[in-house]
Amino acid sequence: MEKKQQLHRQVVMMRQSLFDQGYVDDQFVQLEELQDDTNPNFVEEIVTLYYRDSARLISSIEQALERSPLDFDKLDNLMHQFRGSSSSIGARKVKAECTQFGEHCVGGNGEGCMRSFQRMKREYSALRKKLEAYFQVARQAGPMDTASRSN
Amino acid sequence: MAMDAGMSNLVGSSSSLSTCREFHSSSIGGGGSREVKALVVDDNRINQMLHHKLLDNLGVKNQVVGNGKEAVDIHVSGKQFDLILMDIDMPVMNGIEATRKLRDMGIRSVITGVSSHTLDHVKQEFIEAGIDEYHEKPLTSAKLLSILKQIKHKD
Repeated sequence: MEKKQQLHRQVVMMRQSLFDQGYVDDQFVQLEELQDDTNPNFVEEIVTLYYRDSARLISSIEQALERSPLDFDKLDNLMHQFRGSSSSIGARKVKAECTQFGEHCVGGNGEGCMRSFQRMKREYSALRKKLEAYFQVARQAGPMDTASRSN
Repeated sequence: MAMDAGMSNLVGSSSSLSTCREFHSSSIGGGGSREVKALVVDDNRINQMLHHKLLDNLGVKNQVVGNGKEAVDIHVSGKQFDLILMDIDMPVMNGIEATRKLRDMGIRSVITGVSSHTLDHVKQEFIEAGIDEYHEKPLTSAKLLSILKQIKHKD
């Protein structure tokens, strides 16, 4: 029981740090609110789908960045799609870099696009590690009863 | 309702749950209302999953299609919906063109444009195509609930 409580406390702390460190925004709370008995792993499922689907988009952006001259319309369109998915899971820092990238596309700034893209990939990987660790501990902790939940 | 460890916070969750229940009870024959049916039109699998779940949780029967042509085709097959959540950028047929086609077909469902586009001219084109309102993605329970309440009041 003590071990369970410890794990629950750890889950709460890990979750809070996702917000405190700016990795996720209020949209993540929206996902959590959709989770219920019929879909107890909804958040993890949608995040898993995000990482699976976005790998293809990131690869397309990488290929597009290798072309010369750069097709800024294509790059903007690809990143717009990726930004949309990132926004839907509440990936705050990733979304911010996507926005930055879009601005560089509009300005025709190839160097800016490259830099933003590298920063975006770093945030994307960092978020993935954080979320994987969080979901792993959450699974070990199991469902929380009402008394253990904190606001 | 049992909660997963991931749902530890939740300022506002109790109000979201109570509004979900409120909508549920009024949908399921409470007050003689019929069920609301919705169509999600989006090529993005994340948004498909999200909007499908949002609608499910509100007790709204819904179907999901991946582009504007599929939205038109499902109507041609005879299906009808009270609400259509229409994305803009989709392959094969985009949301603007699909909206025009549906309106030309005489479809009077509430069409809510849902997109992450912030450009005014894109929104304007979408409105001119025939959407009833526009919301930026991602939709939240609160936004969807306000849309659904309007549909129920129309009946």
